[in-house]
Order: sequence, then structure tokens, then C-alpha cells
Amino acid sequence: MANTASKLLEVRDLHVEFRTRDGVAKAVNGVDYGVDAGETLAVLGESGSGKSVTAQAIMGILDIPPGRITSGEILFQGQDLLKLKEDERRKIRGAGMAMIFQDALSSLNPVLSVGDQLGEMFVVHRGMSRKDARAKSVELMDRVRIPAAKERVTQYPHQFSGGMRQRIMIAMAMALEPSLIIADEPTTALDVTVQAQVMDLLAELQRELNMGLILITHDLGVVADVADTIAVMYAGRIVEKAPVHEIYKAPAHPYTKGLLESIPRLDQKGQDLFAIKGLPPNLMNIPPGCAFNPRCPMAQDVCRTDVPPLATVTYEGLTAERRSACHFWKETLRG
Amino acid sequence: MPEPHEPAEGAIAGTGAGGAMDLAASEATTLTPGGPEGGPGGTGAAAPARSLWSDAWRDLRRNPIFIISGLIILFLVVISLWPSLIASGDPLDCDLANAQKGSSPGHPFGFNGQGCDVYTRTVYGARASVTVGVCATLGVAVLGSVLGGLAGFFGGVWDAILSRITDIFFAIPVVLGGLVLLSVVTSNTVWPVIGFMVLLGWPQLSRIARGSVITAKQNDYVQAARALGASNSRMLLRHIAPNAVAPVIVVATIALGTYISLEATLSYLGVGLKPPTVSWGIDISAASQYIRNAPHMLLWPAGALAVTVLAFIMLGDAVRDALDPKLR
Amino acid sequence: MGRYVIRRLLQMIPVFFGATLLIFLMVNVMGDPIAGLCGDRKCDPATAAQLKKEFGLDKPVWQQYATYMGNVFTGDFGTAFNGQKVTELMSSAFPVTLRLTLVAIVFEIVIGISLGVLTGLRRGKPVDTVVLLLTLVVISIPTFVTGLLLQLLLGVEWGVIKPSVSSEATVDELIVPGLVLASVSLAYVTRLTRTSIAENRRADYVRTAVAKGLPRRRVITKHLLRNSLIPVVTFIGTDVGALMGGAIVTERIFNIHGVGFQLYQGILRQSTQTVVGFVTVLVLVFLLANLIVDLLYAVLDPRIRYA
Repeated sequence: MANTASKLLEVRDLHVEFRTRDGVAKAVNGVDYGVDAGETLAVLGESGSGKSVTAQAIMGILDIPPGRITSGEILFQGQDLLKLKEDERRKIRGAGMAMIFQDALSSLNPVLSVGDQLGEMFVVHRGMSRKDARAKSVELMDRVRIPAAKERVTQYPHQFSGGMRQRIMIAMAMALEPSLIIADEPTTALDVTVQAQVMDLLAELQRELNMGLILITHDLGVVADVADTIAVMYAGRIVEKAPVHEIYKAPAHPYTKGLLESIPRLDQKGQDLFAIKGLPPNLMNIPPGCAFNPRCPMAQDVCRTDVPPLATVTYEGLTAERRSACHFWKETLRG
Repeated sequence: MPEPHEPAEGAIAGTGAGGAMDLAASEATTLTPGGPEGGPGGTGAAAPARSLWSDAWRDLRRNPIFIISGLIILFLVVISLWPSLIASGDPLDCDLANAQKGSSPGHPFGFNGQGCDVYTRTVYGARASVTVGVCATLGVAVLGSVLGGLAGFFGGVWDAILSRITDIFFAIPVVLGGLVLLSVVTSNTVWPVIGFMVLLGWPQLSRIARGSVITAKQNDYVQAARALGASNSRMLLRHIAPNAVAPVIVVATIALGTYISLEATLSYLGVGLKPPTVSWGIDISAASQYIRNAPHMLLWPAGALAVTVLAFIMLGDAVRDALDPKLR
Repeated sequence: MGRYVIRRLLQMIPVFFGATLLIFLMVNVMGDPIAGLCGDRKCDPATAAQLKKEFGLDKPVWQQYATYMGNVFTGDFGTAFNGQKVTELMSSAFPVTLRLTLVAIVFEIVIGISLGVLTGLRRGKPVDTVVLLLTLVVISIPTFVTGLLLQLLLGVEWGVIKPSVSSEATVDELIVPGLVLASVSLAYVTRLTRTSIAENRRADYVRTAVAKGLPRRRVITKHLLRNSLIPVVTFIGTDVGALMGGAIVTERIFNIHGVGFQLYQGILRQSTQTVVGFVTVLVLVFLLANLIVDLLYAVLDPRIRYA
């Protein structure tokens, strides 16, 4: 991490827990990652791996309580967001960084027209008049290629198709041209045919505006096309971080390996699909040592006692930075 | 396309009932029988209901509100069956010489306008109030859920007719109906009052039952059972009823409290229960004439009534919270 | 939309006739419609027969009902026991009760919604528990007891208000009676708002609004409230009809000469024409209020489409 200072966003040793009636759930346990302007970081993991919670902590939209950030730093353009007052943070939300949610139907307000919801960004953050904001909304809708934007601006979310609704979410996030976008499973709720269109649009706008993009997903197919770097999360930790092409060539963590092998592939038709054994860990009671050890085919005694550090991975031909939190990353790499 | 009438129905449902039963109706509509466990397949259709109830029971046992209201109700039931357990006097043994006197040794609540012991009468009054509440609720629940359930299940013409009939009953203010119907009754038993409550109360529960049957009918496993050729009666009894009954129970529990309150209101208007029946409503309305000089005569029976109504509402609330997976 | 209104109006017709017929039957079958006409004595058989003929009471009930309704549609609601026109009684009684109802509705809106928002946003906090308990207490005590106690305390003991309302029944005289009339509904509005707010507070679109960087105030008023108040508004709308019909108790306590008072007198004296006439108007008010609520629902929630 040589050029830390220049990173657009830098999350350092973030810990988040949820206090519930049944106990404390440790959702995020020391996450480090960063993203540069123009870069796409894909965060991969099962549900409950802490990928969405980390994103919510960055945006400052965690439900507190029951959630609580117990330690860590979130540096955005060099400024620790966790030290800011709520009102200062609020001004960054939407303007400096924006978020795209998974389910656009429930994430858009059902009783306000899409024009009102888009225009609101300009009214609140830029102090525009409602009329100017309306014109801006139409412009935005054009930009995300919603046909007949002028007529549809007064319609309500339920009157749009799934893909169009997600375009509106994207337009809303892009409205103030923020420098960072966090997209939390932006295409999961969509039809497969629409997924690619929405993803392409997102990538295109990112290039145009030179934004940093954090793409949270569990879909490895989406990742390969658009991401520069991949961070794989498990039980609230990053277990592997690597340039996208390296990770597909040879994973350096057994969990990543399991994920990659569980994708159906056309060239292996007829063979049984691989599935990672066991269940994701209970966040109230994370196994000691490496959290993945009960499900890991390579687990040894050391895995049950010592938490593996996120060590630097090196091999011939590797030019970028690569890390793995496995005691046996060398063995895993070899295969 | 949602029928525009449907969503508003929860709010509309109770209004004809003089507002007294709105709470139950308006809040209970959020209840989703079956919950997240709803419908693991066509075979074990009773299972989701059972797990919903056992989950609810586990929640309830830990809920202090449920325990407190349950104990109050248990106590009320016991003293309405055997009032002499805690009151040795005779509620009809009155001495005008004692009229309106305050509390004295052996007579902690004092005497009423007729010189009867207020404590004894308050204890004995529980029987009439609890009888009215329980019987009216049972009648309303049975009539309402059978009619509403069948209408919801079969739909079509019967549903349309029943819906219009319930609309008619809703349009008549309850207290007004009570005044008209009961003003000519001379019987001094509790039955006319109960009969009137059932007559004007069933549409409320039939709407709830109809709604929850329609919801349950749309569950995947019910559709599956239908596809597998289950007969109508089997579907209704085994698959739908266990899931649809939860909101009915919740609303009925809360309504029980409001019926007790309604009895008192009718007595205040002079058309409720009649002496020599001993009831809180009769005593409260008799005491209201003396409220300026001897408020204690009103406060004790009114307090007993309020605690009773409160206990049933809290019980219903607790049961609803336990059954509503959304609030967990 | 237009077609929907017409359909609803058509649906109202059987309900209107059903409800009025029901009341008509109740009054006629249960009571003796000429009992009040001979003063306090019982009518002698000859007079009774003559009176019955005069009022058409010797005809079958359905025919009486048809005649009555025919008259109502020409604006003739008949005559009350004391010889006054029922329409005259109405023109003096309905404005009073309407004022009382409006006062009650204002209380429901202002106090009920405010308390509901307050508690919904602070669910589980002490203020929530206290208000929730208060609403339960209000619901548990019968309205007439609340009314009598408030009258005793404010009117007699502390002398803040006059214990009984004058025949003009001005708005300031109706404040306390309006509060009494509203009390139970007020508690429901509080609870309904609270539930609705608490349910919607965790909704995805509220999270989106926060993520957009909107000030908390705007998130609550524009996004959370706008959605949460839909059920509350419909409740209050339908409550208009229920309050007017339920005002009997309140009007009796505070001696207000409104609809409830006239109805009570009519029932005591078994004046069929008064009772059926007033109830007919009340049923109409109730049905119209429900229709308006249904239409309002579509304005508030664009997802509702009228087919």
C-alpha cells in the first residue's frame, strides 16, 4: 500500500457489531480495502459475509442501534468520515459518494414521482428551484437512456419495468456526479438479459465521470467483466484480495477456490457441480482460528487456533499487489 | 391490480362499531398468517401453522405484559365464578341509612347511593361483565368467522352478498342500534344485551376472517393442495383454517374488552343490564348522579372495569405481537 | 376513475336501503310507534286505531317503508312527537354535532398524529412506553366515565369550563366535549400512526432517502410520513361518520342539543319519524365519508388503480 494517501477511499481495520436480544453479532471484523478514482473494486462474498454492512458503514447509513462501529477508520479524500459531525457527513452522502441498492422497487419511494425523487438531489444539495430540478431530472433520465424521459418523469416507480427502475436508481446516484459509487448487488433482482445492459451502463458512466466504484456482489460472472480488483470477504474479514485476472487464473484462498469451482461451466458439462461444504458461520459465534476452517478441505491444526494474517502473495509474473489470509496460500495457489 | 376497496378496509372495518373496536381491526390487518415459515410444500400443510403458534407461545411466555394480563383475566374468571371467595357480604343487602357513606372498617370502598357495600358489589359485578364479554365474543367469533370464512373461500355471489350485508351493519352506529333495539326490552337477564352485541358485532369479525382466508388461500402450499385434488372441506379445515384463525383470535380478544365497555355504556344510557343484576355498568351509571358528592361510588366499579378491559386489550396486543413475524 | 365512482355509488344504494330498512324495522317491530302520541298515558284503543290509520300504520311494514322513503326523497322527513317538523330538528341539531365532530377530528389529527410520530420514532424508549400506556388507559375507560370525570374536574371542581354547553354550542364551549368524543379514536390514531411509522422506518426507501444525504427532517416529513399516514388518513376519514353517530353519550353528558340528543329523545318517546330520519342522514354521511376515503386513498397512494 505505497500510495495510500492518494486513494479516493480507504477503509482501515473496520469493526462493526450488532447487539441483538440473542447476543452480539460480529458482522465486520477488521476490513481493509481501498478504491481509486476510475477504479472498480468488486467485493465478493456470501450473504452475511459483511460486504453490505461495510458498505453501509462507509455511507453512514447503518442502523445504529443495533449496529455499532467499534473501531477503524474510513478515509474519504483523506478525511476520516467517522470523525465528522452527522451534518457534515450528510452533505457528503449523495454529493461525494452515492449508493445504488439491490431492489429498486422497494428502494424508491412508492408515493413520489421519479421526477420528484431525482430532483430532490438538486433541491437539497444544490438549492435549485423545483423547476430547474425537474429539467435536470429529465436530463438525467435521458442520460441513463430511459425512453420518453420527458413524459415519464411524472410517473411513479411501480409504472416502470425492473430494468428501468434500476436505471432510475443509477441516475439518482449519478445526479451530483459523486466521486465514489457503491453498488450493492445492483443487478441481482433483474432478469438475466437486463443485467448486462444495466451493468454496461454503470461501467460506461463510471468511465465517463472517472468515479471509483465499489461493486458488491456474489455473482462472479458480473465481476470478471468490469472489476479491476477483487476483495473476497468471509465472516466479516477479507480473505483474499487480488487483481481480477490473477484470481481467475489461480485463487490463493480455499474459499475463493470453492466459489470459482461452484460456477457452472459449459466446458465441464455433465460433471457434478462443486459446492462448498457446510454452512456460513454464525456471526455470534465465529469459529476460533481461521473462520473458514470447519468448511475448508485443507484445514490443519494451525487453522483451528491461529487467525491467518492477510499476507502478501508473491510469485513470478505477478506485477500488482496480491494478498491472501490463508496459512497455506502457497499450497492453494499450486492447486 | 389491487381492488381499491381492500387496503382501506382495515380502517373502515371497525368504524360502524362506534369506534370501540377499531383498534383491533385496523392494526390486525397487518397480520400475515403463516409468516416466513409459510408453505414448505403441499404435504405438511398444517406444519407452518403449528410452528407459528409454537413460536408465538415461546415469545408469549417471556412477555411480562402477557403474563400480567393473563393473571388478571384468570383472577377475574375465578371471582366471577366464585365471588364469595373474596367477598363475604351480599351485594343486595343494602341499608339506606348507609347511603353515600365513605370507607369504614369492613367496608373499604364505602357505600353507594342505596347504601349497598361498594366492595361487595364491585366483586359481584365481575360476573355480569365477564359473562357479557365472553358470551358476546364467542357468538361474534363463531358467527363471524364461519360466515366470513365461507364467503372468502367460495367467493363469487355469496361473497358479494355477504359483503353488502356487512356494509349495511357497519353503517349503523352501534350505540344507536343498542338504544333502538334494547329500549323496549324488559328482561333483566344478560341475554338481550349479548344477543344485540352478536347481531351488530359479527360483521367486524366476518371481514377479518374473510380477509385472512383469502390471504391463506393464496399461499403456495394451498394452491399445491388444490392442484393435488384436495376436496373443498379438507382444504378449508386442514390447510386454510389453521392459518386464518390467528387474526380472528387477536381481534376477538381485543373486542372482548370493548364489549365489556359497551355494556357499561348501554347501562349508562339506560338500556343495558337492569337491576337486580349486579354489574359494573349499572353501578357506574347509578353513581354518576352522585359524582359531585361521592365520587368513590363511581371510581371503584369504573376502575375495576377499566382494569378488565385493559387486561383483554393487552392480552390481544401481546398475542398479535407474538404472531406477527414482521415485528420480531 | 369516473367508472369507479359510479360503481361505488351503485354499491352504496343497496347498503343505504338496507341500513335504513333495518332501522325502520327495528323501530317499528320493537316499539309501538304511536305510544308517545297520547302524552304520558296509554292511548285508548279507538284513538290508537285512528292514529294508526292516520299515519298509515295499518298497512304492511314494507309499504310503510316505501311510503316513508318516498317522502324522504321529496324532502319530507315527517313530524316529531311534539309536532315539530323533523327537518326543523335536523337543521338545529346537525350543525351542532358537525361542529362537535370537527373539534374531535382536529384533536385526532393534531394530538393523535403528533404523539404517534413521536412514539413511532422512539419505539421502546420511555416516552413511547408512557404514551402507549396512556392510550391503553384511555381506550379502557368507557367514554362516558372519561366525560363525567372531565366534567367534574374541569367544570365543577376547577371551574375552567361550564359543565353544560349552552344552546348555541359555540366552538370554544365544545372543546372539552370534543376532546371527550375524540378520546378513544385519538388513542387509536396514536397507536395506528406509531405502528405505521415504526414499520416504515426500516423501509428500503427510507434508507435510500438517508443515503441521498437528505436532512433528517426531510426524510421524516417527505418520505416516512407521506407513506405512514395513508392508513391514518383513511381511519380518520371513516371516523367522521362513526363520531357523528357515536356522539349520543358525549352530548348527553354535556347536555349538547345535537343529533345524539334528538335521537335519544326520539327513542325515549318512540318517535319513529325522528329516529329513522336522523339515522337515514347519518347513514348517508357514513357512506359518503367512506366513498371520499376510498377516493382519497388513490390520491395518497399512486399504486392503487381503479379498475
